[in-house]
Amino acid sequence: MPLLQINNMSHDFGGLRAVNNYNLEIEPGQVRGLIGPNGAGKTTIFNLITGIYQPTEGDILLNGQSIVGLKPYQIAAGGLGRTFQNLRLWRHMTVLDHVKMAQYSKISYGLIGAFFGTPKRRKEEAEIEEKAYTLLELVGMANLADQLIVNLPYGDQRRVEMARALATEPRILFLDEPTAGMNPEELIKMMEIIRRVHSEFGLAIFLIEHRLKVVMELCEIIQTLVFGEVIAEGSAEEIQNDPKVIEAYLGKETIH
Amino acid sequence: MVAINSGNLAEKKTLSKRIRDSFSQVPLLAWFCGFLVAVLLERFVGDPLTELLGLPKIPALFGAVTVLKKPLLIPGTLAFLLVIYILPIIIVPRLCAPVLNRLAGWLFNVSPAVSVAIHLGLLYGILHLWADISGYRLLTLKLTLIAVIVTLSLNVINGYMGEFSCSHPGFLALGAYTASIFTLLFFVDDKVFGSALLPKFLGPFLFPVALILGGLVAAIGAIAIAVPSFRTRGDYLAIISLAFMFIIKSIIENLEFVRGPRGLSSQPNYVDLPTVFIWTVAAVWIINNFVRSTTGKALNAVRDDEMAADAMTVDTRRTKIVAFLFAAFWAGVAGGLFAHVLRYVNPSTFGIQKLAEVLAMVYFGGLNSVYGSIVGAVSLSLLGEALRPLEIFKWIIIPLLLILVMIYRPTGLIAFKEFNVMNLIRPKEKT
Repeated sequence: MPLLQINNMSHDFGGLRAVNNYNLEIEPGQVRGLIGPNGAGKTTIFNLITGIYQPTEGDILLNGQSIVGLKPYQIAAGGLGRTFQNLRLWRHMTVLDHVKMAQYSKISYGLIGAFFGTPKRRKEEAEIEEKAYTLLELVGMANLADQLIVNLPYGDQRRVEMARALATEPRILFLDEPTAGMNPEELIKMMEIIRRVHSEFGLAIFLIEHRLKVVMELCEIIQTLVFGEVIAEGSAEEIQNDPKVIEAYLGKETIH
Repeated sequence: MVAINSGNLAEKKTLSKRIRDSFSQVPLLAWFCGFLVAVLLERFVGDPLTELLGLPKIPALFGAVTVLKKPLLIPGTLAFLLVIYILPIIIVPRLCAPVLNRLAGWLFNVSPAVSVAIHLGLLYGILHLWADISGYRLLTLKLTLIAVIVTLSLNVINGYMGEFSCSHPGFLALGAYTASIFTLLFFVDDKVFGSALLPKFLGPFLFPVALILGGLVAAIGAIAIAVPSFRTRGDYLAIISLAFMFIIKSIIENLEFVRGPRGLSSQPNYVDLPTVFIWTVAAVWIINNFVRSTTGKALNAVRDDEMAADAMTVDTRRTKIVAFLFAAFWAGVAGGLFAHVLRYVNPSTFGIQKLAEVLAMVYFGGLNSVYGSIVGAVSLSLLGEALRPLEIFKWIIIPLLLILVMIYRPTGLIAFKEFNVMNLIRPKEKT
């Protein structure tokens, strides 16, 4: 059984069909990519699967159970973690608090613990803090744990965001342009982190990218989306040589 | 013996830096000792000193009122302040610092809880001695402590959660009336509710029930705002909560069984200084616990980016509603205390002016900060009292101050600072 299965999903914004008849199957531990020109509907697909939008038609199954209609936090707690194209970090919070916060669904001390500081709360807070440090260690940010997020350079913020997404203990991780705006050095670091995450946690990864180099290197299967429709699906080589993909990216007539 | 032993380095430092350095090693315990000496001095040599300086009586609020009424007394008042307050508060902590650092360290190692208890005991002692001088001081102090609870609870919504709520006077009114009705009904023979239903000696013991009941009623009122307005973000909460405030006020004005606009009076005298102090400490402790837990920090996540909070498994709707009801509860408790301090409530107290006052305290002191709320509530309460002789000009000076704070520190004096009690009571010696 695939970890995530999407059947014939469509979504309309008013009269505009943003996503048309989209299908996807992700097996545990698989790395898949989604590419496409600007405005193709890539982020919309992410938002549909993570529950921010409701699909007009179609079904989404996580572990064989439909997640259509669930709240985003329920889907996230169900094992679907994500990062955002524009980071969406919490600007008044520290690095450590970001990663602790993402473990919200594991907290069981309740309001009594929150109000009165019970021993149970102290124990749980210590546990999630330890876990947070482990994850920050993984992305190489543990030494900056007490810093406010806004004081960090962009590449570091990206890595904190990655740690935050991992803290939700996902079985499948959605990465929305994880290397957007990065310089070559940061890019290499990020790709290393993605590889490590994949190998150490055995996570399935589904990523949107603009940089073909990143997708081609990381992904086993790549989909190409144009105007809300998948026009090609296959391995990196197949995609690279697909005339429809070349047309979508470079135009029909090549100018000499 | 208090010289700075840093050799050549110290000479190069500027004077202000040196002063700051020498005071950075003073533990909270020593500061409290300084204040204690000051209030004791005032108690024992205050009267002879006022006579000597030609003052009519001990200046109630640091002489502001005296000075504003009779400018000729300025030198005398300043001398009084210098001898009684400023000198002891500067000298004593500095002198006691080495000894008290060791004591604070020892206490902290024995048990932080014991250390906290001793600090609170000292603080209470200082406040008690200070307030003992006059009834006016006592009343001002009680109202100031209540203002701390109100400000802190509003800060949970406007600061930590980042929504703009205007409903706090409404919650105060609900708490004040509920607690008043409870005590008047059960423990007082009065014209409105007839003779007492329970033996009167039970009153002081059941008074916490009255306050908690007031808090719960305020929280129920808060549901009426929270459910419709938390579906979306933005200005809706501000508008709905403002409407709520006016609705509560009009309802009470038109309810004959609580005597409408004439208000309720002759509440029993249950609220002495220890009661207010204990409730204030409890409110600060519980609210601070809440906002420092991950559950409470979820509020900040919701404020800074709700979509991200959602994607990181935070139940944003529940988080917001819980925090709103929690804040309303404490406002209700504060309302109950307020009614029993003044022993009179009427609906016009809980209008737009109260709202302006509380909002000013929150934004003056600092958003998202327990320190800020304490500073804001205390400074604006005392300032409001001290500037009373200026009458109408008071309402020019205080808003002007607020504008200045907004220009130079847009989030308030002490914003976004965690209130860590353990760091506060730790010895401050450099190791």
